[in-house]
Amino acid sequence: MLLSPYPTTGDRIRVTLLWIWCGLVILFLLVPILIPVPLSFNSGAFFIFPLEGLSTRWYEVVLGTQRWQSAIGNSLIVAFGTTLIATTLGTLTAIALSDEKFPGRRIVMPLLLSPLIVPVVITAVGSYLFYARVGLASSYAGIILAHTALASPFVVVTVGASLTGFDRNLMRAAAISGAKPVTAFFRVMLPLILPGVLSGAAFAFVTSFDEVVVVQFLASASQRTMPLEMFIGLREKLSPAITAAATLMMALSIVLLVVANLLARRGLKQPGAA
Amino acid sequence: MSALQPSEVDRPALARGRSAAADADRKSVSAALRRAEFGDRLRSLLLAAPLLVLLALSFGIPIVLLLSRAVYDPTIADALPRTAAALSGWNGQGLPADDAFTALASDLKDDQVKGTAYELAKSLNARLPGARSQVLKTVRKLGDDSGQPPLEIMKSVPFWSAPSTWPAIQNGTRSFTSFYLLSALDLRWNTDGGIERVPPEQAIFVQVFLRTFLVAAAVTLATLILGFPLAYLIANLPKGPAAVLIVAVLLPFWTSILVRTAAWTVLLQKFGLVNDLLLWVGVASDRLDLMYSRMGLIIAMTHIQLPFTLLPIYSVMRTIQPSQMKAAYSLGARPFTAFRRIYLPQVFPGVMAGCLLTFILCLGYYITPALIGGASDQLISNFIANYVNVELNWEMAAALSFILLVFTLALFGIFARILGLDRLKLV
Repeated sequence: MLLSPYPTTGDRIRVTLLWIWCGLVILFLLVPILIPVPLSFNSGAFFIFPLEGLSTRWYEVVLGTQRWQSAIGNSLIVAFGTTLIATTLGTLTAIALSDEKFPGRRIVMPLLLSPLIVPVVITAVGSYLFYARVGLASSYAGIILAHTALASPFVVVTVGASLTGFDRNLMRAAAISGAKPVTAFFRVMLPLILPGVLSGAAFAFVTSFDEVVVVQFLASASQRTMPLEMFIGLREKLSPAITAAATLMMALSIVLLVVANLLARRGLKQPGAA
Repeated sequence: MSALQPSEVDRPALARGRSAAADADRKSVSAALRRAEFGDRLRSLLLAAPLLVLLALSFGIPIVLLLSRAVYDPTIADALPRTAAALSGWNGQGLPADDAFTALASDLKDDQVKGTAYELAKSLNARLPGARSQVLKTVRKLGDDSGQPPLEIMKSVPFWSAPSTWPAIQNGTRSFTSFYLLSALDLRWNTDGGIERVPPEQAIFVQVFLRTFLVAAAVTLATLILGFPLAYLIANLPKGPAAVLIVAVLLPFWTSILVRTAAWTVLLQKFGLVNDLLLWVGVASDRLDLMYSRMGLIIAMTHIQLPFTLLPIYSVMRTIQPSQMKAAYSLGARPFTAFRRIYLPQVFPGVMAGCLLTFILCLGYYITPALIGGASDQLISNFIANYVNVELNWEMAAALSFILLVFTLALFGIFARILGLDRLKLV
């Protein structure tokens, strides 16, 4: 309730000022992320409005040249690998942690979340140091492993949230009906927590797809991902191709995260939830 | 379950009467339950084990290994075993005896053969600026077959008779060292065994840490000033309009830091939109250099962190009953008094959560300062990366990481202590 039923002039002024301030803040939030979109369709090579004309030439650069194509390919390899491992292991861990009798839950949870808190440069430099010793530097496996550490907390948290609405008696009922634990998991639990699992998978995918610092330290020249190619491009010379790449990446993250959030919400109020 | 059935051996218990039998039953039931519970626990541990092992390998060990580099550096000890032995009885005053010079000469010769001379020169140079060229020069001289005795060669290079050289070597031959951690705070051991500040012209890191805290504080404050009113507005709007505004907050939140930094590099150009706007409003009379400036960095970081500050505040504000404010008004409180005495104390945990989160995350910023900050706007993470990428000085990078991590974890400890981990919502 912003205004009482009988507002005074002072109230009206306050609320008007609040709206103006918030309008400016919303512009501050939205304009910067929207600006690259029209610029990416600019036919000229400069970042100045008004646009010279509309064209898709910068998208042709990003989607058509070998350098960007291999970067997109690398990003997809790493992101799919990370999503697969983080989602599988994260889901198992979330199931284990949802059991109140899990020993040392209060210690394990902060440890699992720590990759989100530790400054990413420290993670990147540490991985570089260790992976070089065990022969994992400059390998897809190394990048995927490091990304799994960064992405799995999201899976554990989202699947954990969907498990709070899961009635454990269903698993007991399945066991009494003769189902083995694995069968009960695939036929009873997984279908019910699937929205949470898919949501976690989307978070994991976006985390890996957007990550640039770890990749910068671990990737060899042939393993450059799309964000790393962007980072290098931004350091060298600002080309409109970067606005096209940025627009593509932004569209992908936003679509995936909208889906992830809708799924997470659905997962919390599904039929069969306790 | 066989344990529950009376068997041959249970006959004496049966003879003792019903209550004893019931007692035994209860015992075996609870034993069976304990076994089952133990099995459950074991199974949940096994379920969690793969991820925990993977995290230990991919995240835990790398970080421990990196941090250990800050305090353990065997390069000099490995390269100078004889010198280390010769210096073991030296009291650190004046110059050591001639046998230390001879030992150093033969160690250097060995290092040249083994190919470790350059590593040694680099490592010594970190402790003793200028040592690299001197070590390499001496190694070359020792390698020449001039027939000159090694001791004479050593004495002929003034560097080896300088007062600061031998204490640094002696320090270096101890593999466990506090040298790098102290350096990361612009401190060092003095010749009397106390800790002192390094001379001002060598001091860099305290300034960088202060800069990092300052930028983090400025960004936190800016996000609070921008975010608090917006959170208040959204929390007090009807469902539909509130959802629209929340989407406006979430869209940038869901866009990666790199993409948003890229957008800001476009906006902050000399002929970019921000300068256009400043000229149009009349704030500036000429186009400003916002790229590679502190101002540009803080603006971009504020944009990136705003949702992190806003969302926790909003989630607390949503739970506050509007009737409480109405009650305060009807009891005669002026709007400002009601806000300060009724509303603020209740949203305070949300404000703390949002601000602490933003502050902690700002301490670790790397991408945005690297792309938008100038040379004097680089934060501590950029220095860590630079020590690894350019200077190849792992020990210094490790020491800076160590201190950054201590600050981060301490603040996170405060966060978890007063607010609980549940506030760390990810969606």
